[in-house]
Amino acid sequence: MDRFLFLTFDGLSTGAVYAAFALALVLIWRAARLVNFAQGAMAVATAYVGYAVVSVTGSYWLGLGAAVLAGLALGALVERVLMRFVGHANPLNDVIVALGLVLLIQAVLGIVFGNEYRPAAAPFDTDALTVGGIAAMSPYDLWVLGAVLVVVALLGLLFTRTPIGLRMRASAFAPEVSRLLGVNVGRMLTVGWALAAAVGALAGMLVVPTGLGLHPHAMDLVFVVAFTAAVVGGLDSPAGAVVGGLLVGLILSYVTGYLGPDTTPLAVLVLLLAVLLVRPGGLFSSVRARHV
Amino acid sequence: MTATQPEVAPDPRPAAASPLRRLLPGPPGAAGPRGSTLLRHLVLAVLAGTAVVLLTNQLPPYQNLQVARVCAFLCVTAGYTVLVGLNGQLSLGHGALMATGAYTVALVQQGFEERAVQGRWILPLSLLLAAAVTAVAGLVIGLAAARLRGPYLAGVTLAVATLVPALTTIFTDLFNGEQGLRFPAETPPAFLGAYFQPERWLAWVALLAALLTMLLMANLVRSRFGRSLRAVRDDEVAARLAGIHVARNQVLAFVVSAACAGLGGGVYAVLTATVAPGKFSLDLSLFLLMAIVIGGLGSLAGAVWGAVLLVALQDLPSLITETFTLPSGLAQRLEGNLALAVFGLILIVVMLVAPGGLQGAARTLTARLRPGRPATRR
Repeated sequence: MDRFLFLTFDGLSTGAVYAAFALALVLIWRAARLVNFAQGAMAVATAYVGYAVVSVTGSYWLGLGAAVLAGLALGALVERVLMRFVGHANPLNDVIVALGLVLLIQAVLGIVFGNEYRPAAAPFDTDALTVGGIAAMSPYDLWVLGAVLVVVALLGLLFTRTPIGLRMRASAFAPEVSRLLGVNVGRMLTVGWALAAAVGALAGMLVVPTGLGLHPHAMDLVFVVAFTAAVVGGLDSPAGAVVGGLLVGLILSYVTGYLGPDTTPLAVLVLLLAVLLVRPGGLFSSVRARHV
Repeated sequence: MTATQPEVAPDPRPAAASPLRRLLPGPPGAAGPRGSTLLRHLVLAVLAGTAVVLLTNQLPPYQNLQVARVCAFLCVTAGYTVLVGLNGQLSLGHGALMATGAYTVALVQQGFEERAVQGRWILPLSLLLAAAVTAVAGLVIGLAAARLRGPYLAGVTLAVATLVPALTTIFTDLFNGEQGLRFPAETPPAFLGAYFQPERWLAWVALLAALLTMLLMANLVRSRFGRSLRAVRDDEVAARLAGIHVARNQVLAFVVSAACAGLGGGVYAVLTATVAPGKFSLDLSLFLLMAIVIGGLGSLAGAVWGAVLLVALQDLPSLITETFTLPSGLAQRLEGNLALAVFGLILIVVMLVAPGGLQGAARTLTARLRPGRPATRR
């Protein structure tokens, strides 16, 4: 029972990271109708920036801020310089360009920083606190969970309570009509990409200290898990992404805990296939995900 | 869809012999009225084969090994480009499918070695089994893939690609984990003489596999099945209305493509007589994608370009570090990463500037030079 509780808390904490990652994917999907396969690589790049700042200044918080700012800049840059010019005649084009970006980012990181694993310090203690004799969450897990929840709440406020959020939703929902009504749809797309990449950067900074280490390929599996989380929640639904992330985090935590860490990729694939074949629109989506 | 419209009427005759073919605008390079497609492709294959064999007689061992690697990759890219370019299904799991073929060859050859069975038939048998086993794996993925579209399919196959190292560790008794498997190296047959260059023999084996794959794919692309592949890619609803079973078509495309990948992976394993999960990382899948995108999606000639580039570009970093004197740290970092960076950059630039790839660019150019013949769609 203790082990079950421990795995549950652990799953919630890693699930929060997957939720943030999935949220980044959903933000871009809603804005541009494409899955950003470069999300993982972009997050690694910003995490490198963040930890470079940490090692210079010694402050985790400055590093975190730098990573998020780098995420904003990188997201806007990728949209402005790259994705805007991809032809949409073939829906595969976006995916292929994003994958090219993955290769490029990972190679540049390898050339600049080297391919070896770099340890990344956590700002809080990662040993679990014991409450009533049961190992519960570590302070770091609490920070991860709290940070993700705050970001989700802020994004929710942004999209529902601010004029720019309204414009972003409008240009995603009906680009032509929004353009007629004077919304700069192109700029909204850039803002969407910047926001998503910033959320991804935060997720990257949160996940790297949890035993993953900093490495150009650090996010390969994390991206696949996050994609699964986004699909579980339905690519269209930000709330679904959060619930999907937590759910996937829990499931993977149990699988890893009881069956061994090597089974994680297999569990991810089975979960992804199961959801896609049974409920292609995700567990929480009412919209049909594909039209045949 | 325009190219497939004349096929809408159900045609009971075998597609290759159909007189309707002469009326078709036809895919590029297929000069309809010039006799049998099969015969033309056979002649081309024999010519290309002879040329490469003559070439391998002149080359030193390392270059012959590179020819062999190009041929091994060509098996994969030919089937891959048919799946992605002609059927519109983006798979990122072809590195994993190559691994399936490679591990099949290794296990089969190890099995025979342990039972002290020897014979020249073991190599073709193991390669055949590699293609068959991978085709079954492709069937499983394809069955799921037929219900998935675009980014969803890419995501699922991406998960498949990350599975290879995990599976080799879970079933470590069978696959020997990170270490991988070794099996007896392929040696030239005795009748070629005792001093025959082993690399030349490997190049011939790989060449035979590549020619066979290219021949099958070239005929498949021109067949009724090939046209229905394109019909499904261009418009699923219209294809269904024209009597094409869309799901079966997609699954079959995946199976064919997987068999090619399995054969290529098997040949690739034979070249080094080892398999290890590190060789079949996610990057391999992305490299393969780059190869077919640069060559031109859906073009078999483009698959040749892609396979050549895949091998040529991997030697680029060592060439640069040998030519220029660089600080040792930087040289070491460039070693593995420069090729990746170049691959990624090429992938992006080609997609943005020339989505048709090298073959598409060449086609536009020849069409411009010969004003009588308009550029046809693939």
